[in-house]
Amino acid sequence: MGAQLRIYRRRMRSVKATKKITRAMELISASRILKAQQRVAASSPYATELTRAVSAVATFSNTNHALTRASENPRRAAVLVITADRGMAGAYSNAAIKEGDQLIMRLRERGLSVESYLVGRKAVNFYRFRSRAVAGSWTGFSDNPTFDDAVLVSNALVNAFIADSESDLIGVDELHIVYTEFKSMITQIPIAAQLLPLEVSAEEVPAGLLPMYEFEPNATEILSSLLPRYVEARVFNAMLQSAASEHAARRRAMKSATDNADELIKSLTRLANAARQAEITQEISEIVGGADALASASAGSE
Amino acid sequence: MSENLTVEVVSPEKRIWSGEAKMISARTLDGAIGILPGHIQLLGVLVDGKVSIDAVDGSKQEFEIHGGFLSVAKNRVSILGQSAD
Repeated sequence: MGAQLRIYRRRMRSVKATKKITRAMELISASRILKAQQRVAASSPYATELTRAVSAVATFSNTNHALTRASENPRRAAVLVITADRGMAGAYSNAAIKEGDQLIMRLRERGLSVESYLVGRKAVNFYRFRSRAVAGSWTGFSDNPTFDDAVLVSNALVNAFIADSESDLIGVDELHIVYTEFKSMITQIPIAAQLLPLEVSAEEVPAGLLPMYEFEPNATEILSSLLPRYVEARVFNAMLQSAASEHAARRRAMKSATDNADELIKSLTRLANAARQAEITQEISEIVGGADALASASAGSE
Repeated sequence: MSENLTVEVVSPEKRIWSGEAKMISARTLDGAIGILPGHIQLLGVLVDGKVSIDAVDGSKQEFEIHGGFLSVAKNRVSILGQSAD
């Protein structure tokens, strides 16, 4: 076998091995999207009920609670960026980080200093490589977050929010979250949203008039115990959506990697065939040339 | 009253129970509370402990709720717990 042909065959083998891996990862991600989607769906009744309750208290009581009141003179904001732990998911993590950078820029334009909280190894590495300050980071659960993980993260955020931003170094006046919304199998959009102070937006208020409520023990205490729950639920929901998006992005990236491998194998096969044919042609012409030489040599001797 | 309560018990990770009930008893920070159909709309913080539901089919459901609260609106009762079982 000629050298050229051997090289083509070796490259084909390696591309085929890579293709097997990307194909396997594609299938794994595809099966995990479904599970992640179900978890998003399973967590939504809690989140909906909580949002309904929080907006009921915020709307139907005159309590001036620290967690719902916007600071008149905000100094600092916390931004939580949710990314993946592992790569191989196309632009998924980078898209979230970029969205976070834009949000940070907007906050800085308003004169706020920004504390970064990160979820996922990709964001941590990105920040560390650029030696940016990080207020808190969590890794190791991006593709399958549990509620306890969300509690861990949101506790840090709520503590920072409760702390007074003037006297306390970790204190912040606003909480923002950047995550990737899972719209569908093919569409995932990085989203920046404000968690606290509460913005009771029109879409969160359920249709029709909110009912008049009786509060037990009273609206202030209910808000105090509800809002940490609310942050937990929002963070958990964001993590679950991000996990589903991560799997979807990885599936898509691995699908195109598999397709590319197919393409590469096809063109390598063509090249290898041409090389083989060239080799055969050369051998034939060598044999014919040799025979010719022999024939003319023996003809000359006669 | 002929109507029943529509009850949902949910935790962050899943819906634990849902169905029709005649009565619910729970403990809020202010003390024990019983909810019958036609109750005024209410939002209450629950202390950690048992919530029991008398279902329409006569069975009695009991749940351990931690870090939860209760909301009642027009015969719709939602019991939310950080952990519930």
